[in-house]
Amino acid sequence: MSEVTKIVDSVRSGKSSAVAEVKAALERAESHTDHHVFISLTEKRALERAKDIDEQVAAGRVVGALAGVPFVVKDNFLAFDGATTAAAKMLEGFETPMQATAVRKLEEQGAICIGKTNLDAFAHGGSTENSYFGPTLNACDKERVAGGSSGGSAVAVALGIVPFALGTDTGGSIRQPASFNGVVGIKPTYGTVSRFGVVAMASSTDVIGCFTKEVEDIELVLSIMAGRDERDGTTLPNPTLQGVALQKQRVGVIKECMGEGVDSEVRELIEQYIEQLKQAGHEVEEISLPMYQYALAIYYIVIPAETCSNLARYDGIRYGYRAGKSLSDVYGKSRDGGFMPENKRRIMIGNYVLSSGFFDAYYMQAEKARTLLINEYNAAFKDFDVLVSPVAPTPAFKLGENTSDPLKMYMADVMTVPPSLAGLPALSVPAGKTKAGLPVGVQLIGKCQDDAKLFSLAKETEK
Amino acid sequence: MLTREQLDKYEMTIGIECHVQLNTRTKLFSGVDNDARDKEPNAVVSPIDYALPGMLPVLNKAAVDKAILAGLALNSKIANVSRFDRKHYFYPDLPKGYQISQMYQPIIGAGHVDVYDPATGEESRVRIEHAHLEEDAGKLTHHGDYSLVDLNRCGTPLIEIVSQPDIHSAVQAKNYVATLHRLMVYAGVTNGDLYHGNMRFDVNISVAPKDSKKLGTRAEIKNLNSFRSVERCAEYEFKRQVELVEKGEKVHQETRGWDEAKQKTTSQRSKEHAQDYRYMPDPDIPPVVLTDEYIAKVGAGLPTMPREYRTGWAGLKLDGSVVESVLDDQDLAKKLTEVLEKSDSKTAARVAHWFTLSAAGDGEQEARTEQVSAQHLIELSQMVERSELSSTGAKEVFLKLNDEKSPRELAKEMNLLQVSDSGEIDRVVEEVLALPEAAQAVADIKAGQDKAIGFLVGLVMKTSKGKANPGVAQKAIRSKLQ
Repeated sequence: MSEVTKIVDSVRSGKSSAVAEVKAALERAESHTDHHVFISLTEKRALERAKDIDEQVAAGRVVGALAGVPFVVKDNFLAFDGATTAAAKMLEGFETPMQATAVRKLEEQGAICIGKTNLDAFAHGGSTENSYFGPTLNACDKERVAGGSSGGSAVAVALGIVPFALGTDTGGSIRQPASFNGVVGIKPTYGTVSRFGVVAMASSTDVIGCFTKEVEDIELVLSIMAGRDERDGTTLPNPTLQGVALQKQRVGVIKECMGEGVDSEVRELIEQYIEQLKQAGHEVEEISLPMYQYALAIYYIVIPAETCSNLARYDGIRYGYRAGKSLSDVYGKSRDGGFMPENKRRIMIGNYVLSSGFFDAYYMQAEKARTLLINEYNAAFKDFDVLVSPVAPTPAFKLGENTSDPLKMYMADVMTVPPSLAGLPALSVPAGKTKAGLPVGVQLIGKCQDDAKLFSLAKETEK
Repeated sequence: MLTREQLDKYEMTIGIECHVQLNTRTKLFSGVDNDARDKEPNAVVSPIDYALPGMLPVLNKAAVDKAILAGLALNSKIANVSRFDRKHYFYPDLPKGYQISQMYQPIIGAGHVDVYDPATGEESRVRIEHAHLEEDAGKLTHHGDYSLVDLNRCGTPLIEIVSQPDIHSAVQAKNYVATLHRLMVYAGVTNGDLYHGNMRFDVNISVAPKDSKKLGTRAEIKNLNSFRSVERCAEYEFKRQVELVEKGEKVHQETRGWDEAKQKTTSQRSKEHAQDYRYMPDPDIPPVVLTDEYIAKVGAGLPTMPREYRTGWAGLKLDGSVVESVLDDQDLAKKLTEVLEKSDSKTAARVAHWFTLSAAGDGEQEARTEQVSAQHLIELSQMVERSELSSTGAKEVFLKLNDEKSPRELAKEMNLLQVSDSGEIDRVVEEVLALPEAAQAVADIKAGQDKAIGFLVGLVMKTSKGKANPGVAQKAIRSKLQ
């Protein structure tokens, strides 16, 4: 039985209680404060909801599929209680009048949010070092980064504080911290889960996903969150996320991700994982995807463009951080003071590539190249069911190691960015640990809406 | 001062962008009430309009349907695939920091409008470059050292209709916007209330010597809100620009505003300070895909347009002013056509003239007229035809017409039925002939001056309060005086 179902069973049967589960989770959270996982804990509301669920159980009423299960959300989800900060000074103390669709759906099934986790401000970054509230530390090595931008959520699951945690993934923000901390993380097909109520980073690749210890729990949590939402026009109707019987799969190992620049220990662990797939009877072959070499360049044009646009609403006029007096002064000072350096970097790049005279040369070219990348994937999926690569070229790096060199930091995304640009489902599962004890994840990439196939394949190797 | 000769050397070229607020029940992307009239500031604003973090626009299907109707009224091709883009600028009336518009693939393609000139009855064609859907911004009011923001209007669906530079006079510009207004109101896509800003116009004007093949540098006069201001500002700009050219100076490419009080345009923003809007496809809104079948289905709901009415009424031989007066009210136009279908040209022409009376009255009058059935109008006309009612009496009955009573009952009640009973009329005639003021006329008739009988008939009508049948009265007078 999976961790999540174990809790639901014991809450329903009375062996345990929602209050006990929530209290235990809150205690675990307190015992790990040095990792700096949380921006805020929502203790009061969590305990009230737990009590309510226990009363329902006692009264013999039917409780939801996640009754009494504590979870956490990345602090860019609008969720009760308290503030939703996106780890930015801009939104410090910003209280939300509504919940994100994903959070609401989980709560309707009885899951209990106990806190909001740390991230790179506005999800800009791959280490959680860009948080206004300071970095989150890696679950396995406190001198190393948690990865990011959903670092807090990944570490919360890795440390066993909660059985599942929500994150967002725009170019690797779930998969990479999952890999760095040794947990499972899914970036589902674009449009699987409603983005309503989640602070936008780049709308064309933003997806909502989650972290768990086991694949089975991912299936359960994701299928509850997924589905058409009339408040997000890009959601897909009827995604199938559970129960695919697996035949022999044709697995393609992406050549471009196994060569130079990849840490030798990472490569070995991925090769071992591939060996496991072969032994399980799957057909494994190497495939070359030449467009991969352009993916990072495409990503760092398209995504800053969308990002600067999505951040334009933070102007100090209606809510959020405000400084200055006259109109232009308020704009300048509020945005200067409210955003982190990495936010500003992306705003500058985005405005540059969208500005008159540069739009065609940068943004449009990048979108065309993106189409070529998608075409290349489509061709590859004629011959293969699933593609495999490392999640990141290295295990978790040291705190501060890459902060002075944005390009080096961006390189950590080189393998997670391509599926994001194509909207493909990608699952990060633990492939083992390096000699130094650092976790390494393998990335399974499927066709659009083939998420369930990835889960089935990963479960085979999990056994 | 410019001389007539100087002005005559030049021709102006005008292109107009017209913003039309759509009368959908809810806003373009947020699902809240779209009617901000008589509402407190910020009373109809959703978290989406307010641009809270995490809010997403979801396209209102009704606005798409209205855009289809508007496009068909403009004789335009409706795009099978259209998309939304973001236009960025910072201003407190724009909470998201961008306006959602359609820069690259608008929903309404090229078309044309046949502009009607009520003075000459002639038409001129103005081509439509395209028209697109977009959201309106909020409104700022300035109070000394602070400003207030009202976001009620923020997110109201607009279509922006962009004309080709096919307009060459101030009058044509006025007629173009008036024609557009009527088309949009008839298509049912807007309330067309100019006072509330339901339609606003940006006018691009340039001048060039008449024989020149090159257009001059244009100035854009923004945010006009009446037909008359469009005409006046074109007149003013023509003179201003000709004067500059005549003096050997340059016309600057700039945005100007119209000062209604001073009746002149003033410079607002030059091209050097023009905004870079950094347009970008909006990734939150999937493309709008419309099949030909769907467009045809929605288009089937397009009502009769003013031009078709004019053609349909050609046989009534009405004055242009009467036609336009009836067309001012779509319901009256509809009713007149119904009357015509159910009766004949003569009846319809009579009804058309009655309608102008109603239009000249107050709004209540007009609303009542809209409710009167075609059948009653035809009956009323027949009563005139059969001399049961004088034309003056018929007008009075018309103004009181409602659907509770038949025209005959009403005429009877109002004591307006003409008296054709000769006994009754004889009595009135005798009374009139005995009047001192009748004496001269009686003498004249007896002296063979037959024209004077009209005066006596008039007296009979007056004494009978209009009820006497004038024909019968005339006969009676003659027989008495023989």
